[in-house]
Amino acid sequence: MSPLSRREFVAAGVAAGAGLVVGFYLPHEGRISKEGFSPNAYLRITPNNKITIVVARSEMGQGVRTALPMILAEELEADWKQIEIEQAGASTLFGDQTTGGSASVRTTWDPMRKAGAAAREMLISAAALTWGVPRSSCTAQSGSIVHAASNRRLSYGELSAKAATLPIPSDVTLKQAKDYKIVGQRLARVDTPAKVKGEAGFGIDFRMPGMKYAVLSRCPTIGGKVTSFDDKESKKNSGVSYVGKISDAAVAVVANSVWGAMEGRRVLNVSWDDGPNKDLNTASVMDSLKQAAAKKGASLYAVGDVMKAKGRRISAEYQLPFMAHAPMEPGNCTASYSTTGCELWAPTQVPQDCRDSVAQAVGLDPDQVKVNVTLMGGGFGRRLEHDYAVEAALVSKAIGGPVKVIWTREDDMRFSTYRPASLHQLSAVLDGSGWPLAFTHRIIAPSISGQKGQPVPGGVDPDLPDEAAFVYGLENVSIESVIAETPVPLGWMRSVYALQAGFASESFIDELAAAAGKDPLEYRLHMLAKDRDIQYFTTTWHTARMRGVLQLAAEKAGWKNPLPAGRFRGIACFGCFSSYMAEVVEISMENDTPRVHRVVAAVDCGQVVNPSILEQQIPGGIVYALSNALRAKITIEKGRVVQGNFDDYAPLRMEETPIVEVYAVPSTESPTGIGEPSVPPLAPALCNAIYAATKKRIRALPILS
Amino acid sequence: MPDFTLRVNGSEKKVSVSPETPLLWVLRDTLDLPGTKFGCGAGFCGACTVHLEGEAVRSCSTPVSQVAGKNITTIEGLGANGLHVLQQAWIAEEVPQCGYCQTGQIMTAAALLAKTPKPSDEQITQAMNGNLCRCGTYERIRKAIHRAATGGAR
Repeated sequence: MSPLSRREFVAAGVAAGAGLVVGFYLPHEGRISKEGFSPNAYLRITPNNKITIVVARSEMGQGVRTALPMILAEELEADWKQIEIEQAGASTLFGDQTTGGSASVRTTWDPMRKAGAAAREMLISAAALTWGVPRSSCTAQSGSIVHAASNRRLSYGELSAKAATLPIPSDVTLKQAKDYKIVGQRLARVDTPAKVKGEAGFGIDFRMPGMKYAVLSRCPTIGGKVTSFDDKESKKNSGVSYVGKISDAAVAVVANSVWGAMEGRRVLNVSWDDGPNKDLNTASVMDSLKQAAAKKGASLYAVGDVMKAKGRRISAEYQLPFMAHAPMEPGNCTASYSTTGCELWAPTQVPQDCRDSVAQAVGLDPDQVKVNVTLMGGGFGRRLEHDYAVEAALVSKAIGGPVKVIWTREDDMRFSTYRPASLHQLSAVLDGSGWPLAFTHRIIAPSISGQKGQPVPGGVDPDLPDEAAFVYGLENVSIESVIAETPVPLGWMRSVYALQAGFASESFIDELAAAAGKDPLEYRLHMLAKDRDIQYFTTTWHTARMRGVLQLAAEKAGWKNPLPAGRFRGIACFGCFSSYMAEVVEISMENDTPRVHRVVAAVDCGQVVNPSILEQQIPGGIVYALSNALRAKITIEKGRVVQGNFDDYAPLRMEETPIVEVYAVPSTESPTGIGEPSVPPLAPALCNAIYAATKKRIRALPILS
Repeated sequence: MPDFTLRVNGSEKKVSVSPETPLLWVLRDTLDLPGTKFGCGAGFCGACTVHLEGEAVRSCSTPVSQVAGKNITTIEGLGANGLHVLQQAWIAEEVPQCGYCQTGQIMTAAALLAKTPKPSDEQITQAMNGNLCRCGTYERIRKAIHRAATGGAR
């Protein structure tokens, strides 16, 4: 029996004629968590037998509009074909609606199941009362309650009105994994047909009557401001209806068409005050990281005493650059402001932040701001920001009508928030046989949350507890974080600090294996040989589960089998967002450039909700990570971001894409993240393969810089 | 503003826009055909791919003045009677994740299949390499093209 507190069910009630409505709570320690627990989603069953599940997280390609309803529908014993999906906008009813941290499934798994189960039990009670039979003689089957003894059946719709008058059960029995009919199935994503027909509604596709289009001229120097502007040339452009400063650092050009606005901006003359960062460049940022390294850090994880270990000491430094998310759909948002309210149509991972910041920016109360959440053409964390929404609201207010603000690709590249550059100091002490006695990793990086003025409790960026675990059972370990400062705007990019932490630590372990003259797989398995629970902040990691994914990946990759001439392999594993991941990368070297042929990925993410979505997300993360590893690098010159488009910030194309094989460890443990965990092991596994091929150790990304 | 007559998805459309306006924005803003996407504005990503007289072109870099009177097909007009075989294959292979680039991918693939009904892996790579996908769906795109080329089988 699983206890179900009343607190989780504050919003059950009946709207006249509406049938059964069940609301439930969502626990989520999100990145931008501002609100406590409050009802997050609704199940609505109407007398016409329509079952609607409201999804209060944002769909950016990760399959959330399919996966979350599957969890609820499973416990409800619903017929999946009957389910309709509704996207929630920003609401005070939904708890924290932030979509990020690979958290949607793992944090809604329990509340979604309980909500479905409670509704199921109420429908069973309604049927039992209707027929005057014991509850125990009724069963829920595929959207109906059945009384087998009398061969009677009533649909959920038929029972909905009666069910809605019944008390919510205080505890419900959740299903056993062996009885699942929906969870674990390869159900087709609900959003696919519209996407291949060109009918899917992305933010950039939204239109409304009287809507204008705007692009913004933003100060190209980080932290700079508008001094003055001359719009004479812009206004010669037919269709340009407004040019005006909408913030300290931006001038908006509004026109009847996107192209008109772009052309108007092209000839706009703005004078900038470059501000305090006009001499900033990439080298000075990396210097500031080196200086920060001298500071004492905050301990993330410590066992034993790394200083006392005696033996052969090996040390190395790793570093990583700033990177940009570069989702395919550039930033945009539509806003319609009036003195009494503002409505937004936003492709956003943070509808509530959009609501609150827009309210503040335009002088309204948050409840006067309505945020509609559209589909997103990728997010990868870029849309955890809400700059686009505030801009749209400010421009709408300035012109007194609806407007869509669109960012160009260059705007997206140059005015993004970037994955923090980082420096890593690693050292280890090896015993006489080459096995590690002690392991130290100092992560020197700016804090994303800290830069945004959010809490950094104990000097630890709040993301690190999900992203820098060291899942090896060594006796002496110290993982430390040192926060550096940078004026370069920072953001959460797919896998966040796990990419940096994983690259440094899994590359370094390969160095240790090489120094010990041991096989890199055997070396890792030795460190995982004993079953240990490793407590890292609130997550308990298990060496056995990491061992499981390593062995699975190695077995499927044929690690022990010889490779054809000219082929080389590297391996890495990492745990983040509570999931375990191992990858084997197979390469050849062509003119000193690695060519990745095959990646074998093994994941332990607990119960897989939809294997088909898993098999999209894992290779998706690997291709994203390969782009990052090979070429992703944002550089700064004279305070300005250098890169502008997909020529100088060039993501992976089909010709460079490897075959990716995905294997999941069968598990009925609670599900954990799948959107991000495949990212961190890729770069170290690749660099370890390059080492195998060339004996050259790559200690800085990107590889092809 | 000069007038241009475009033949979009089989019907004639008159638009009144400046001659250098990229076809992309005419389709999206003037003709309300939002299936063609804006990705980079410079021909690097292929999200804006449409057919011009059957050839895959980047509509973000094609001025409207160059296409007057020519046959233009967008994703909305690709399947004359229901879904195009590639759209069916895209669904069968569950290609899209975010889905933003996929209409451009399908238009590029359709132009490939029109000329090369049974493309090899190399021909697929060559044809599709100009289309970016940040969700990393490339291998499923390849499978879907093969599926469509073999009449729906794999």
